[in-house]
Amino acid sequence: MFDAHLLRDLTPQVLGVLVRRGADFAAAEDAVQDALVEAVRRWDAAAPDDPKGWLVTVAWRRFLDARRSASARAMREVHVHREPAPGPAEQADDTLLLLSRCCHPALTPASAIALTLRAVGGLTTSQIARAFLVPESTMAQRISRAKRTLAGERFERPGDVRAVLRVLYLMFDQGFMSAAVADERGGTDLAAEAIRLARQLVASVPDDPEAAGLLALMLLHHARRDARTDAAGDLVPLADQDRSRWDTAMIAEGVAVLQGALAHDRLGEYQAQAAIAALHDDAACAEETDWPQILEWYDELVRLDPAHPVVALNRAVAVGHVDGPLAGLRLVEALDPALPRRDAVAAYLHERAGNAAEAARLYARAARSAPSSAEMGHLLRQAARLNRARSGSD
Amino acid sequence: MAKYLLLKHYRGGPKPHPNAVSLMDDWTPEEISEHIAFMGRVADELRERGEFVDAQALAFEGEFVRYGGEGRAPVTDGPFAETKDVIAGWMIIDVDSKERAYEAAAHLSSAPGKDGKPLHEWIEVRPFLTHPPVVE
Repeated sequence: MFDAHLLRDLTPQVLGVLVRRGADFAAAEDAVQDALVEAVRRWDAAAPDDPKGWLVTVAWRRFLDARRSASARAMREVHVHREPAPGPAEQADDTLLLLSRCCHPALTPASAIALTLRAVGGLTTSQIARAFLVPESTMAQRISRAKRTLAGERFERPGDVRAVLRVLYLMFDQGFMSAAVADERGGTDLAAEAIRLARQLVASVPDDPEAAGLLALMLLHHARRDARTDAAGDLVPLADQDRSRWDTAMIAEGVAVLQGALAHDRLGEYQAQAAIAALHDDAACAEETDWPQILEWYDELVRLDPAHPVVALNRAVAVGHVDGPLAGLRLVEALDPALPRRDAVAAYLHERAGNAAEAARLYARAARSAPSSAEMGHLLRQAARLNRARSGSD
Repeated sequence: MAKYLLLKHYRGGPKPHPNAVSLMDDWTPEEISEHIAFMGRVADELRERGEFVDAQALAFEGEFVRYGGEGRAPVTDGPFAETKDVIAGWMIIDVDSKERAYEAAAHLSSAPGKDGKPLHEWIEVRPFLTHPPVVE
């Protein structure tokens, strides 16, 4: 019987084999698509014993046919094709090769994410388009432009793992849409997809602690997803979340992956961020959060990337909990006034310092520059709550 | 990526560039066709770049409408005299940066007007609100 999931899992592996054998990326993808169509037609009765081998054979033949006819058309001369180098089709290497190709630094993050979802994630263009709320034709153009950008680059060896980590992180961070909403729109759960890809990456670079750190970071945040919005769809900040709705099995897995990464003793930003997430996940209630340890990890993050303004802003919150809100505020005041969410952090610290009027004013100002409607609603409610409490006490 | 609304106005906005002062009915029919064709080409270019989301043109005439109370007809107001802001249409783009959004808006603003000269008309650029980030 024909198995759509099996085909989806095999697609990037087959594509990886073709690319490793030296096939041009766009042509390889066409050939794999042809092979998939063939598979859907032929496997209806029974799937072959080695479906991956079957697909590789068919796709490679299609690729050679296409290249022969293309070159015959173009120059009417005989091409001698090098046969692929012998050796086993190492799936892990192929995944890394394909991922680093799709996340090539020459691509913009948006193009890299789209191409990765298509070529490695095995999603259709239409699914990716729905995930990003753009017309399918626009997404098709974005993907084909990305392929054109990569045309001519040689990809015999995997590229930079850092670039892959960055793209997967960005993909994950756009995955706010709940699985239910994604399903409803016939789209894609980007966060779950990023986790799936991060797992594949970790399998191909088991000795890279930052790859494991990123996977841990994703799991430790994803575990809180159900608690991040209430029944009305409003944003619930970490401190107010119903922690019984956190996914404890996923947290346990994230912690285990993080411990494995930290054991390499080669710290990086993803491991440090995962450690902070783990400490939040570890607290039974907001009051039990181990802020001194969180602050230590923020100090590590600052050491790793001293110029990162978002790290400095988040660190100010930790300082506010450890050394008092006024100490946190002094740090915030030294930061660029244009920094996103700076007013929201200042408002939070002012409220903790007992300055309700200033906190309300800053929450309202933060709402005006909020980048998302969920945050805008949350910040307006905070301002309204404080204003109401003040007018009640007057 | 972030989505931006590029709003084209018939009237309103900051003081217009001299090229954008004359009304469209003072143009020749060919100038009007060329202006509209330019808009179509801009949309095609944005499509080709993988940045296009939507484009719509609006009728000049329209009214304000509000709830009139239980069991009552909607209350309307307008159309308005010359001073009011009138939106002509929009494009929605999905781009990598604010700089790129401004570049696209500037290109849209270079549409030919009277005597085929670039209009330099003001385009209002408004970012969409997005989803909050997942990493808290």
